[in-house]
Amino acid sequence: MFLYALRRLLLAIPLLIGITFISFLVIHLAPGTPGEIQTGDLSIQSDKEIQKLLIELYDLDKPLHVQYGKWLTRIVRLDFGKSFSPDARPVLQKIGERLPVTLLLNIVEMLIIVVLAVPIGVGSATRQYSMFDKVTTVFVFVGFATPDFWLALLLMILFGVQLGWLPISGLRSLNWEYLSFWQQQWDFAGHLLLPILVATFGGLAGFSRYMRQSMLEVVRQDYIQSARAKGLPERVVIGKHALRNAMLPIVTVLGLSLPGLIGGSIIVESIFAIPGMGQLMVQAVFERDYPVIMGNLVIVSTLTLVANLLADVTYSFVDPRIRVGARRGRR
Amino acid sequence: MTVKRSAPPVALALSLALALGGCGGEADSAVDQVAGRAGEKPAYGDTFIEAMTGNISGLIPNVLTDSASFDVGSMIYSGLVTRDRDLNIVGELAESWKFSKDCLDLTFNLRKNVRWHDGRPFTAADVVFTYETMINPKTPTAYREDFKAVEAVREVDPHTLHIRYKQPYAKALQSWGTWMLPKHVLEPYVREGRLREAPQNRSNPVGTGAYRFGEWKPGEKVVLVANADYFEGRPYLSRVVYRIIPSQATIFLELKAKGVDSAGLTALQFKRQTEYPAFRKAYSKYQYPANAYTYLGFNHKDPRFADRRVRQAIAHAISKHELIDGVLLGLGREATGPYKPGTWAYTSKVKTYPHGMAKARELLAAAGWTEKNADGLLVNKQGHPFAFELLTNQGNDERKKVAEIVQATLKELGIQVDIRVIEWASFLKEYIKKRRFEAIILGWGIGLDPDQYEIWHSSKTGPDELNHISYANPEVDALLEQGRKSCVQEERKAYYHRLQEILAEDQPIIFLYFRDALPVVSSRVRGVVPGPNGLRYNFNEWYVPKHLQRYTSG
Repeated sequence: MFLYALRRLLLAIPLLIGITFISFLVIHLAPGTPGEIQTGDLSIQSDKEIQKLLIELYDLDKPLHVQYGKWLTRIVRLDFGKSFSPDARPVLQKIGERLPVTLLLNIVEMLIIVVLAVPIGVGSATRQYSMFDKVTTVFVFVGFATPDFWLALLLMILFGVQLGWLPISGLRSLNWEYLSFWQQQWDFAGHLLLPILVATFGGLAGFSRYMRQSMLEVVRQDYIQSARAKGLPERVVIGKHALRNAMLPIVTVLGLSLPGLIGGSIIVESIFAIPGMGQLMVQAVFERDYPVIMGNLVIVSTLTLVANLLADVTYSFVDPRIRVGARRGRR
Repeated sequence: MTVKRSAPPVALALSLALALGGCGGEADSAVDQVAGRAGEKPAYGDTFIEAMTGNISGLIPNVLTDSASFDVGSMIYSGLVTRDRDLNIVGELAESWKFSKDCLDLTFNLRKNVRWHDGRPFTAADVVFTYETMINPKTPTAYREDFKAVEAVREVDPHTLHIRYKQPYAKALQSWGTWMLPKHVLEPYVREGRLREAPQNRSNPVGTGAYRFGEWKPGEKVVLVANADYFEGRPYLSRVVYRIIPSQATIFLELKAKGVDSAGLTALQFKRQTEYPAFRKAYSKYQYPANAYTYLGFNHKDPRFADRRVRQAIAHAISKHELIDGVLLGLGREATGPYKPGTWAYTSKVKTYPHGMAKARELLAAAGWTEKNADGLLVNKQGHPFAFELLTNQGNDERKKVAEIVQATLKELGIQVDIRVIEWASFLKEYIKKRRFEAIILGWGIGLDPDQYEIWHSSKTGPDELNHISYANPEVDALLEQGRKSCVQEERKAYYHRLQEILAEDQPIIFLYFRDALPVVSSRVRGVVPGPNGLRYNFNEWYVPKHLQRYTSG
């Protein structure tokens, strides 16, 4: 097992290099350099001198493979470099200040989705084609089909403008510093309520459908038949025997959504003015802020690979068949 | 001067314009006037909340280019001169100044009671330092051009400054409106060419302006607090908060819910979505022409457009009035040249092109476009139909609509127009800079000085230069050269009036319209008097009467 994980980990390294190289190539192919964009497109002031200065400052005059090599040697020492944006702050610092809120938002969203999607999926699978199944199917598909920004704006108009119950955007009220500790938490939660609601509504569909599908397959298995034949109550049959097995594919899906926790949702963050990773990335792309883009990409792709590996390893813990199979194979 | 795309996702450089410009004399009837009301005394206190779509990129505007950083920087720093309501240059850190007869020597007398935010006195040495920073080749500033004409800057005494120019430079005085930087704080960073990395670019900037830095939460907000030691007296509004809200739709909802105190509206919002009583009560609306015009440009390298009669014919065919009604819901003003009505360089005494298809056909016929083919298109002697591609940039709905109206109009004349909308960066790089276009819909942002040498002079047609339509007219060249060499406004006025006459006759591009800036400000704020210089020029005099103050805990 350990050897297997180690081998997978080592194989991930060339993959990661490949990912970063292609990303590096693609973003440098996009028209416009950081210098051009910083000096304002077509402007009287954008004289050649400053562009040259910036190009030299950022090493953009070197051939692409040299630039990539330099970047790579820095990144293996975990030096993510400094942002090309005029504030010239370290990339890690920029990511660091944006990460907590995105993580919080996405973890809460993920938990709510799992907590809701599992019962919905189980319910509609065990009562296939019942009224409950039909209603939830319609509901989750409506959620799936509703554009985030549209739903967000409608909720903002209702709760923010018409009723005035919730703040419209941002993370904190302007008088935050003057509130007591609990008022501060309450205020913060109020600001996060709508963004989480919008993000959850959209994400619920996929998960509950996976759950339903997986459950449908499991309940048709022979061992469920025999559990029932043993005279076990339906609650135990479904809750213990079926659910455990139906959760297997969910582990994989969950693992794969791990990198998404960091990526942040661009639409939700922009509409609700939440200073998270999504916004940082969009701004970096528009400014051709290569170090920030690459830093972000490295973190997200590393996480994807790790999550993949983690999902596979967890799988073998959850599913005894795989462990046994591996042992038998070795013999 | 900048090429403008509207609603830029990130930084878009503006020229050293201090504020939105406008023309108050022609203020519309739908617009409010909220000067002080009788019986209300100016009061200190309250917080003014403003929305910005982009994050600021730093706190030393001299090395930045985005408009958000300029807005914040202008509150923290001051220049030697600034512009008043009517765009006249007035002293800020300078008490007075004097030009020599030949425009080569400029002497400033500085104010004596000015202190930096850290308490140190502001002196002529700081001005010399700012100048040296701007011309230092290691400083990544986009505004060096303004100081290249300077031969020497000399500190006569701590409050007197003498500047010698190599040749007369019309923008000399205006250029000293640049933000003054503190020598005692920033000198080591400038010497090492690391001004952008100075801690003052990220927190605790030291300026002489009416507001001090409070805090900057990237992506969230920037907070400024009133400077009690400001040399013109403490400003009334205690705090200014810039909230960063990327979505225009969200800003509008925040405005409705009173989460922000000021924002710019779109024409649709201005006309149709903000006329209900509660909104009218909560906000005062303002309207004045923005500092930018939209135009239909031709590539003069194209033989068809090199013929002036063809350009004039198109000018006659296009109804500017119809464009403004259709695209801006009437919230704009027809442009006759590159200067904004109401400014000193502008003249209305130029040739105009009344809308008329008959006149357009006549001019086209005179240019040799008489035959039509089976499709109803005009053809030349070789039988090639008159068809061209009209390019504009993506993300600007207004320009797309203009292009569509132009397309429909010219079809009536027998000219086929194909519209292509291209992503901004590649539009500039692949089409504008490489001159690979036949016609374009684009805009020019206009600076506060009428010098437009870079746009119209025939020497500026090289790649990367701004005369991308390749316009060349010797008389225009001469006028531009004379205009930028004089420091006497009356002389310059004559040159620029003549320039507008020629441009109107030549129609190198078709000047379409100046759109209106449509800001609203919370009606509890008093002292807002719109003028040609827009709204913000007298921000320090804005106040909220004690009983109307909303944010008192700060």
